[in-house]
Amino acid sequence: MPKHIRRLLLLFAVLITLFIIVRQVLIPDSFGQFGHYRGLALEENKAHVARYVGTDICAECHWETMELKTADMHAEISCETCHGPGWKHIEEPEQGQLTIPEGREFCGTCHSRNPARSASLIAQVNLSDHNIETNCSECHNPHAPWN
Amino acid sequence: MEEHTQHLFEMLSQVDGYIYPNELDLQWGILIVLYPYITGLVAGAFILASLERVFKVKVLKPTYHIALLTALSFLLVATLPLVSHLGKPLRAIEIMITPNGTSAMAIFGFIYLWYLMVVLLLELWFDYRRDMVIWAQQMKGFKRFVYRIFTLGVNDLSPKALRWDEKLGYFITIIGIPSAFLLHGYVGFIFGSVKANPWWSTVLMPVIFLFSAMVSGIALVMVVYLIISYIRKMKVDMKCLDMIGRYLLIALILDFSLESLDQIHRIYEAEESFEIISLLMSGQLTYTLLVFQVLLGTIIPLIVLTILQFYKKNIRLRQTLYMVVGFIVLIGIFFMRWNIVIGGQLFSKSFHGFTSFKLQLIGSEGILMAGLWLIIPIFILAFLLWLFPPWKKTEETAY
Ligand code: HEC
Ligand code: HEC
Ligand code: HEC
Ligand code: HEC
Repeated sequence: MPKHIRRLLLLFAVLITLFIIVRQVLIPDSFGQFGHYRGLALEENKAHVARYVGTDICAECHWETMELKTADMHAEISCETCHGPGWKHIEEPEQGQLTIPEGREFCGTCHSRNPARSASLIAQVNLSDHNIETNCSECHNPHAPWN
Repeated sequence: MEEHTQHLFEMLSQVDGYIYPNELDLQWGILIVLYPYITGLVAGAFILASLERVFKVKVLKPTYHIALLTALSFLLVATLPLVSHLGKPLRAIEIMITPNGTSAMAIFGFIYLWYLMVVLLLELWFDYRRDMVIWAQQMKGFKRFVYRIFTLGVNDLSPKALRWDEKLGYFITIIGIPSAFLLHGYVGFIFGSVKANPWWSTVLMPVIFLFSAMVSGIALVMVVYLIISYIRKMKVDMKCLDMIGRYLLIALILDFSLESLDQIHRIYEAEESFEIISLLMSGQLTYTLLVFQVLLGTIIPLIVLTILQFYKKNIRLRQTLYMVVGFIVLIGIFFMRWNIVIGGQLFSKSFHGFTSFKLQLIGSEGILMAGLWLIIPIFILAFLLWLFPPWKKTEETAY
């Protein structure tokens, strides 16, 4: 076999070895542990703090609001849907303040008239002519709309 | 009106009938059109080159190396439209590092690498090794340096070594043909295997892709050859040009028949998706399909090429006609890819509506970006022709 062919084969051998080495280095340790992905990714995701803590916890301190809400049309809606994630607030209520939504636009995100939403599923009003003088919460308690 | 609803109305004005919300936006834009286009050019140019070497069509000799270098320069950028479409270049290596054996798309990295390293580069290497050894002795500076590296430091020009070069080069061309089929048939397979999309899902897709690849590759080599001859003021070898023209004609006829067969099959079967597809062809795709792809890219070239089979008088005129045909065929095949990639996303999976595609000028998915990926290979080709000029190769190669 001529010399240049031997060199060529050597070159290919080097390239392939290099590829195998690079591959060994770059493949994450936990790859393939459970499937075709990095197994540790699950641990990493698990380590994230849950930001939405659920309605039951709110009831421990805000039982009044809770009672109000459960008795009316907004019973199905979670507190955090309107107030945002409560993970900081439940530990330090004073520091981790939650947002208090305000304004007509806010209620409109769910209740403004939209032909694509079924009126039998959610009551809708035309924001630009339903009692435009004041804020919604003047007449409807956000926690209990008919209260 | 609130901002988000305003945006929604703007979007909805681009929609006809009923579509699902996630169909509003097209995921695959012009860069994905380029991907099959460029790989097709590569495969086609290579197949033309192998005609000369394996099937011994000697008249094609003047274009042999041009075809290989063209294939190489386009192959070097073939993956870049994909990478720039995905937008995470550093992750591109992962489909090689942790390949997913059951995903057709993920295997492309290996098919590409095989074709680049084992087929094209090796074939060119065996072809040019003798010349590189000679040139390395004659020239100075950068070129000498490059040739030295590429010869791997071996200056063996003994008849025995040259015979090895030739034998191995021939062998690789033979492997190269199925590899070129694999490279592009595979791209067709990716589209053809999307069973949810009636516009793509047909077993003929890989075959259609192959023949359209040959059409575009041959046309490209023809255009490149004419331009090089013009720039270098070389005499065009009319025998060679006529032969390329004949192969282009044959490839076009086969391609056209296959695509027509596909359409006729669709029309006769008239599955539930047929209504939307016929609306697609007569509506959204009128210009790109009927005018650019069929009329400009197929019918006119077919007529002109047929005439050129008989008309042998005015050489100037024939060259001009070949040039024009080459260009419009290239445009036609581009729109063929367009019609497949974009067309397949325009109609809703509900078969009851259409969305529309707006091509941007700038931006990562725009015309300028696409133009860049088409111009870069031309510069690479110019560079390769400068570094490895086929016209300076020593003659009397044995095969
Ligand atoms: C550990 C008891 C506790 C829990 C659990 C708790 N809160 Fe509170 N929350 C408080 C206290 C105390 C205040 C009054 C803080 C203040 O006035 O700064 C408060 C105030 C609020 C306010 C008004 C903030 C303001 O600026 O006036 C909102 C809204 C609120 N909580 C919502 C929630 C929601 C939603 C949850 C469930 C995710 C929740 N809270 C769970 C104790 C709690
Ligand atoms: C439909 C949206 C909505 C939901 C669901 C909701 N809130 Fe509110 N909440 C509001 C709005 C709006 C205000 C501000 C009321 C105002 O401006 O007077 C508010 C105010 C508050 C306040 C401030 C004090 C007050 O009563 O005005 C507290 C505390 C509070 N919410 C707790 C809760 C808790 C606890 C829940 C779950 C049991 C809950 N909210 C569920 C919309 C909501
Ligand atoms: C997250 C979405 C959401 C938001 C925000 C929201 N609501 Fe509601 N609202 C509901 C749902 C769900 C119902 C119960 C289903 C229905 O409307 O029949 C309801 C019911 C009501 C009703 C009773 C309708 C009936 O059919 O009797 C009133 C009134 C109302 N909401 C007012 C408000 C006001 C005022 C606000 C702003 C403070 C508001 N809502 C914010 C979802 C929302
Ligand atoms: C001036 C007091 C007032 C204000 C302010 C007001 N509403 Fe009402 N709303 C009413 C009364 C009274 C009704 C019941 C009679 C009716 O349907 O108009 C009602 C009915 C509703 C209903 C039920 C409609 C149905 O079809 O069942 C919804 C939803 C509602 N309001 C949402 C809102 C929202 C959202 C706002 C703020 C943008 C708002 N309201 C502001 C007094 C008010």
